Amino acid sequence: MAATDAPATPEELKERIEAGIPGATADVSGDGHHFNAVVSAPAFRGLSRIAQHRLVYDVFGAEVGDRIHALSIQTKASETENIA
Amino acid sequence: MSDEQTTQIREAIQSAISENPVILFMKGTPDQPMCGFSARTVEILQHVGTPFAAVNILPDPRIRQELSGLSNWPTIPQLFIDGEFVGGCDIVTEMYESGELQTALGVEDSPGEAAPEPAPQEPAPLTIENRL
Repeated sequence: MAATDAPATPEELKERIEAGIPGATADVSGDGHHFNAVVSAPAFRGLSRIAQHRLVYDVFGAEVGDRIHALSIQTKASETENIA
Repeated sequence: MSDEQTTQIREAIQSAISENPVILFMKGTPDQPMCGFSARTVEILQHVGTPFAAVNILPDPRIRQELSGLSNWPTIPQLFIDGEFVGGCDIVTEMYESGELQTALGVEDSPGEAAPEPAPQEPAPLTIENRL
């Protein structure tokens, strides 16, 4: 597991979501334990909400519920690739 | 912990899901939720006015472990309707706001009035506690 023991930060979660899901943009807020992520990605197109949220959870694996105590997610399928 | 017990827990979860048309796995009980997300999901189900079974996952960590293994979903709460995993608090909230939840549950959009039940069910809320 790539995770460290350091407390999770919204910046870290944002970076990892954007790195883990192609073309994703994430807006993450949180206090180190409870986080809220609004994620849009072209990869979400055609997927059910459950499948979209699973893509986000999969970025963090077993850290969800553990190091990342709670992660609230809202997903949106973006029309076009987000080119940073 | 023995594998046999773990298998028993998994089977108990599976039969609870198949025997109850609407079942919520949560932290705490509907009367005493132990987490804000569980509390919010209970509130929505109660507001929609649907009977639901509830399982407290806190008494034994293996319940959560096996449940998440079955649903491939890491967080609690988890709602199942007619044996299908529907989602956690975020998805249930979105579905409630869009009316999809009411459709999935076969109830009218507006709470309060006696909603026609698709089939007779046990009185609600049915709480399954410490059965797992």
